[in-house]
Amino acid sequence: MESLYQEVILDLSRRPHGRGLEDHAAAESHQINPTCGDEITLQLHLEPGTDRIRAIRWEGHGCAISQASASLFSDLAPGLTPADLAARIELFRVAMRSRGTIEPDEELLGDAVALGGVSRYAARVKCAMLAWVAGEQAIILAAAA
Amino acid sequence: MPTFPALTSPRTLTSSEIAALRADFPILHREVNGRPLVYLDSGATSQKPRSVIEVEREYYERENAAVHRGAHTLAALATERFEDARATVARFVGAREDEIVWTSNATEALNLVAYAIGNATAGRGGPAAERFRLASGDEIVVTEMEHHANLVPWQELAARTGAVLRFIPISADGTLRMDEAARLITSRTRILAFTHVSNVLGVINPVQELVALARSVGALTVLDACQSAPHLPLDLAALDVDFAAFSGHKMLGPTGIGVLFGRSELLNALPPFLTGGSMITTVTMDSAEYLPSPHRFEAGTQRVSQAIALASAVDYLDHIGIDRIAQHEATLGQHLVVGLNEIPGVTVLGPGIGQARVGLASFDVEGVHSHDIGQFLDDRSIAVRVGHHCTQPLHRRLGVTSSTRASGYLYTTENEIDDFLNALADATKFFGVNA
Ligand SMILES: Cc1ncc(COP(=O)(O)O)c(C=O)c1O
Repeated sequence: MESLYQEVILDLSRRPHGRGLEDHAAAESHQINPTCGDEITLQLHLEPGTDRIRAIRWEGHGCAISQASASLFSDLAPGLTPADLAARIELFRVAMRSRGTIEPDEELLGDAVALGGVSRYAARVKCAMLAWVAGEQAIILAAAA
Repeated sequence: MPTFPALTSPRTLTSSEIAALRADFPILHREVNGRPLVYLDSGATSQKPRSVIEVEREYYERENAAVHRGAHTLAALATERFEDARATVARFVGAREDEIVWTSNATEALNLVAYAIGNATAGRGGPAAERFRLASGDEIVVTEMEHHANLVPWQELAARTGAVLRFIPISADGTLRMDEAARLITSRTRILAFTHVSNVLGVINPVQELVALARSVGALTVLDACQSAPHLPLDLAALDVDFAAFSGHKMLGPTGIGVLFGRSELLNALPPFLTGGSMITTVTMDSAEYLPSPHRFEAGTQRVSQAIALASAVDYLDHIGIDRIAQHEATLGQHLVVGLNEIPGVTVLGPGIGQARVGLASFDVEGVHSHDIGQFLDDRSIAVRVGHHCTQPLHRRLGVTSSTRASGYLYTTENEIDDFLNALADATKFFGVNA
């Protein structure tokens, strides 16, 4: 229980980071988890005149895992290029799908390693992935814009 | 107001009887996460007694053959067992054998009715099917508390035929607004489809009053009996519904078998849904004629082992007594609401303390998502259902995106309900509910 719901996850689910949408997003993605009805709308904001991410903003509702995961994702992104973030999303996905066999890499994923325990709970991987999948789609949409 | 069932009612199952019958359910003796399983998800699917499991195995070991096909000994034996199973299930729900159609589950049974009505509307079934034909502007009435299985097929039928879907609303305590029902059911109403018992609220709907409203305007009635057939004495003839659907897996039977009940006069006038082998009399290159009900609706190789095992499940329920099971579950339901009401931050959906409900309760925990509650309980080896329970419109109506549901059955003990309530109280502390 405690390995799944680490203190940082419980804290973030009560005091989220990056919550609240803003104008002028480079791209926006809406994702739903149909099994539980969890939803997120996530925006990618770029630093004007650069190819660096300024912020990830999001709005939505869901379980503690999905809410904390959205916060951790928005903590990770600022300063990265979209391509770099996309690579880290893939790393996160591999760790999440590993059924507890791959520890997430702290150097590349930062505090999101707190979600490592989720990978042992197959039914919850989707909760942890929701914001990251939205981020992945927003990156694709921003590149196409 | 419905009466509070007396805890000392002589009809309820005694704790020693429950202990004895629990020995018949192998899965109840396994551990989950290092502790004995507390299974409170029978509303989703029930556990199975050994007798049901064995019947299915024995059938494959001794009698397996295709039914209603071929003349060899085993084929005859299998056919006999298959038809005997139909008779057993028919008796259990107050129906005649030819009124019981086997399907895969309740979802398929409800789709069968909706698609067959769609086929009638497309002109199939000749003059006999005239009564089923829908026209643009006709209305199909359902309720706000329907499972998606008794909602989406009607949405589809409406879309195909130009009929309009209407909803009977619920009141704050989860009961149907019968004043609104009386207003909504008019001469335009052609079909009234509603659930007997809500899989989320636990309320028992007034079937007879609703059927009377439908009858008065000549509308067909379709009863979703998924949460009543396993838990309450059911007499479909007395309820006078036109169609009813339920699933075997929720009533101690195996997966893969469900039942459509239809009044025989209607089933024999309804065009088929699935077509092919085993449901015809004469087939030419261009057309086919169909068997009477129920075989007209049983196309292809049938679910023989499942039907036989469902009959065995019904025998088991009969042996314990469905009226006594209902009494036991009414006690469990009250135990649940009383206990849930004592936990700060927890809101029960549906009827309150002392109001009639079956042996289940769904609830919202302020500020905590149902998945987190379910995860915490699972860690204590307590299995509950989380999410929207296939009733998104109902949850939207109640102003919650999801809920947690604890649902019991004949094998559920009062101690298990207490274990669940204690664990839930701990979960609210763990997630820091400040109520
Ligand atoms: C009220 C109700 N209707 C319909 C269904 C659908 O049953 P099945 O999935 O077995 O077809 C269920 C079960 O989930 C139910 O509870």
